[in-house]
Amino acid sequence: MRDFSYVRADSIEAARKAAALPGAMLLAGGTTLVDLAKCGVAQPETVVDITHLKGLDTISVDATHATLGALAKMSHVADHAGIKSHFPAVSEALWQAASAQLRNMATVGGNLMQRTRCPYFRDPSNFSACNKREPGSGCSAIGGVTRGHAVLGTSRACIAMYPGDLATALVAFDATVHLGQRVLKVDDFFLQPGDTPEREHDIRAGEMITAIEIPGSAAARRSTYLKVRDRQSYEFAAASAAVGLELETDGRTIRDLRVALGGVATKPWRARAVEEALKGKVLDEDAVRKASGLAMEGAVDHGANHYKIELAPRVVARAILKLGETA
Amino acid sequence: MIDQTKSTTIPLHLTINGHRHELEVEPRVTLLDALRDRLDLTGTKKGCDHGQCGACTVHVDGERVLACLTLAAQVEGRSITTIEGLAGADGTLSAVQAAFLEQDAFQCGYCTPGQIMSAVACIREGHAGSDEEIREYMAGNLCRCGAYPNIVAAVRQAALEVAS
Repeated sequence: MRDFSYVRADSIEAARKAAALPGAMLLAGGTTLVDLAKCGVAQPETVVDITHLKGLDTISVDATHATLGALAKMSHVADHAGIKSHFPAVSEALWQAASAQLRNMATVGGNLMQRTRCPYFRDPSNFSACNKREPGSGCSAIGGVTRGHAVLGTSRACIAMYPGDLATALVAFDATVHLGQRVLKVDDFFLQPGDTPEREHDIRAGEMITAIEIPGSAAARRSTYLKVRDRQSYEFAAASAAVGLELETDGRTIRDLRVALGGVATKPWRARAVEEALKGKVLDEDAVRKASGLAMEGAVDHGANHYKIELAPRVVARAILKLGETA
Repeated sequence: MIDQTKSTTIPLHLTINGHRHELEVEPRVTLLDALRDRLDLTGTKKGCDHGQCGACTVHVDGERVLACLTLAAQVEGRSITTIEGLAGADGTLSAVQAAFLEQDAFQCGYCTPGQIMSAVACIREGHAGSDEEIREYMAGNLCRCGAYPNIVAAVRQAALEVAS
């Protein structure tokens, strides 16, 4: 790991100013930045430590919305009683992510900045071609081992999968990210790779995530996060779904449905086609399974990741049907 | 590759197992390397050094974290506990340490300090209510010898002892 200079910010303004300088990077939990610095992927000139800032780790929840301070730890949000009751999918996405130790370190703001786990991206000494790392250098994954790569939102430049869980739940429930002056939908904050895979977030120099806000809704209250993976715990998703459901008073007609996918796309992936196909319909297994297939519209596989195209709709359907069974 | 062009060090005060330590480190030095190489606290182990194995688990302000992904500079002013800080001053083992011995919850022993630090926190968090919950909340600590059934038994035993 290359050495860097260290700045401990004592205010949000000081942090923003220091982080706007060339080569500077913000340090929160460190679970991505320190790891990638060891891999030689991140090479900060200056690390701006924001973990000593006060008041940025509060979690507040009421019926209308939840506000998560950027420095709230993933573990604290996962275990928060208000989050568990008003936004169960958010709690479930969090406690199924990473390990207990990593969740105690990682902050929710930092989690939105988590980079891909693409093994070619993470290994510059063996794979010099990576458009995400070195724009224009090519993509080692295309034509390589692709079992963990994306099938949705890919481009000729990059097929790296977005690995996070929290953001998948956030896009399902129209959460916003607060960046100081600007407030963006989380869905818009994450960018598809296109021709600029090095740019993963709509964040500008001098901006810092200060909070995440999630609007409350009946669908968010009746929600779940289903994560299917190669082993039972401590693993990234092979495919996951954040789903929220609101039924009409007849108890069987779908009034509102939210569906977002993880583990299959280049960014947290809202599946609006599934939602629209089922809204106003009676919840039954055939209809749900048929509609869930729409989540894969436009999917392109690269061989070894083909299984995701079959797996993801099943995960979506299982999550919706599971919610339908709960009263 | 080591690039020493910016070898400026920073002075730090770290509180570890109740003792205050002064040291000068480069900003890139992790808590794990500071503990092992500078402070001779070698009970905390380096496994993967990338946050994937849990061997370096320590407590910061009472919560379990990975020392390999924590910069030493970040934890100035925090209270750090390592495996060396668990036993009483007279050498009496903590409930979790004793349970690991009793249940034979290790083979080579390399992952054990991390397992024990993780288990202490797991119990304190209230995440040791069933074998299933113990497996889930201990998943961040890998054991290449495969002593998992005995590790779960040790955590279950210690959780019951702590509760009683």
